[in-house]
Amino acid sequence: MRLGMVHAGLLAALLFMASLWPGHAHADDQPLLVDLSNHELAISAGGAGASVVLFGSTDGPGDVVIVVRGPERGMVVRRRNRLAGLWVNTGQVAFTGVPSYYATFSSQKLDDIVPGPVQALHQIGLANLRLEPKLTSLTDDQVADYRTALIDAQRQRGLYDDAVGRIVFLGNKLFRAQIDFPATVPAGTYFIEVLLIRDGNVVTGQTTPLTIAQLGLGAKLGKFADERPLLYGLIAVLASAVAGLLAFMPFRGA
Amino acid sequence: MHIYLPVAAVTMDGFVLLAIGGVAGLLSGMFGIGGGILLTPLLILYGVPPAVAVASSANQLVGASIPEAVAHWRRGQVDLAMALVMLVGGLAGSVFGVSVFAVLRSLGQDALVVELSYAALLALLGVTLLGESLRAGLRPGGPAPRLLHQHKWVHGLPLKLRFHRSKLYISLLAPLGLGFVAGSVSAVLGAGGGLIMVPAMIYLLGMPTSMVPGTALFQIVFVSAAVTVLQEVENGTVDLALAMILLVGGTIGAPLGKIIGSKLRGTPLRVALALLALAVAVELVAGMTVSPDGIYTIEALR
Repeated sequence: MRLGMVHAGLLAALLFMASLWPGHAHADDQPLLVDLSNHELAISAGGAGASVVLFGSTDGPGDVVIVVRGPERGMVVRRRNRLAGLWVNTGQVAFTGVPSYYATFSSQKLDDIVPGPVQALHQIGLANLRLEPKLTSLTDDQVADYRTALIDAQRQRGLYDDAVGRIVFLGNKLFRAQIDFPATVPAGTYFIEVLLIRDGNVVTGQTTPLTIAQLGLGAKLGKFADERPLLYGLIAVLASAVAGLLAFMPFRGA
Repeated sequence: MHIYLPVAAVTMDGFVLLAIGGVAGLLSGMFGIGGGILLTPLLILYGVPPAVAVASSANQLVGASIPEAVAHWRRGQVDLAMALVMLVGGLAGSVFGVSVFAVLRSLGQDALVVELSYAALLALLGVTLLGESLRAGLRPGGPAPRLLHQHKWVHGLPLKLRFHRSKLYISLLAPLGLGFVAGSVSAVLGAGGGLIMVPAMIYLLGMPTSMVPGTALFQIVFVSAAVTVLQEVENGTVDLALAMILLVGGTIGAPLGKIIGSKLRGTPLRVALALLALAVAVELVAGMTVSPDGIYTIEALR
């Protein structure tokens, strides 16, 4: 009985491994298979950024859409107006659950392969990105302006993207796509969702996590400051005091 | 030399930051006190986010003030009793100031308040120094002799205490209140406590001028330390890397400033500082009148 269970487990593992092997007979059982060139990415702050290559296979013709999302956080959008000759912040809207990175890739123009309601359901494309405004007295139209401004600003920083045709098909079944991350992306877990689309419907999907780490002393310092502000503050004071004593003392006649 | 500032999350030229620290050190060296007043505005003009400039200036001020404070202490130029009473007020002021800053930040008005306050403070400093220089030029007899004991409204307050070092018998409330105001200003602006304290200690409290800089510096060391910790806990805006670069710049600037200060006569030095202060004040306001690239800005919340 025990032996039987072990055998069953082994068989399942073997089957799973076999299913990962592209071109193998078992791959045809899976409508969609996806993997990344690496699941951990190290980015040096202030550097050139980094990229991963996603590759996958389908069980037949169809379109592929890839949605990449970075760790979520709150963002505030402020609007400036001219008051008495000076540019002053006159309004603001805070949004919760804002992805720090968001990119959509599709093998063809999105509207040609997925109808609007399906796009909205799966939050495919920047137009369908759900951003929740915090309590505000502004009208929906005004909030929409802030939302657009947020997306535009993120797009300018290379953090948001809608890209058509960045998925390369090799024949009918194999595809790959290169996903580029600028150096300014925050560390954390990113989720890469791949959707297989046939006749305007999402047939199946697969989500793969990607861990991004920031390299360098500066990034470590920033992370430490975020996690332990009190200790970081005390260390900052101590470091400044010691540096001041060391640096200035030799110049004074004691 | 590009340097990534982790808390500000921007990459900046390390040499420019060193130069800014150097200019602040130069002024501290020349005048003994007051370098901080130009540090934060220069950082803001260079593009450091105001909240980070404020908190990191406070951080560097700890290290920048210690050597002079120790030197004054060794010469017996610190009135410890006075300094401690002021410090109690200063610490309360730091807590108050940092909370005010947090509220301003949540309203998106921290940059406006910091920039306008510095513009006003620097304009006031510039005009005062220019006025003094002009008067000194017209009347070469030096400042009018000060009376040994002038009776001011401050001396009417209750809870009187004897401060032996300063040869004063005044109410505890006066230095306490002054410390509170200076602490609040240091918290919101990152510096500027000395600029407010020094004249107030001379003209309001009536302290002997020999005791004033040492006592003020003693207070600044501890208040800026408290402000640094509070700003980090409340707002997360202390950039230690930035503070360290500024300190290194100050190391070069301060001794240079001492030499220049001892060689040059007082009046041209004052005129130069006055003009610099006025130029930075004008630049701060001018920067706010320039039409921005876009009317929207975004910022990540903690």
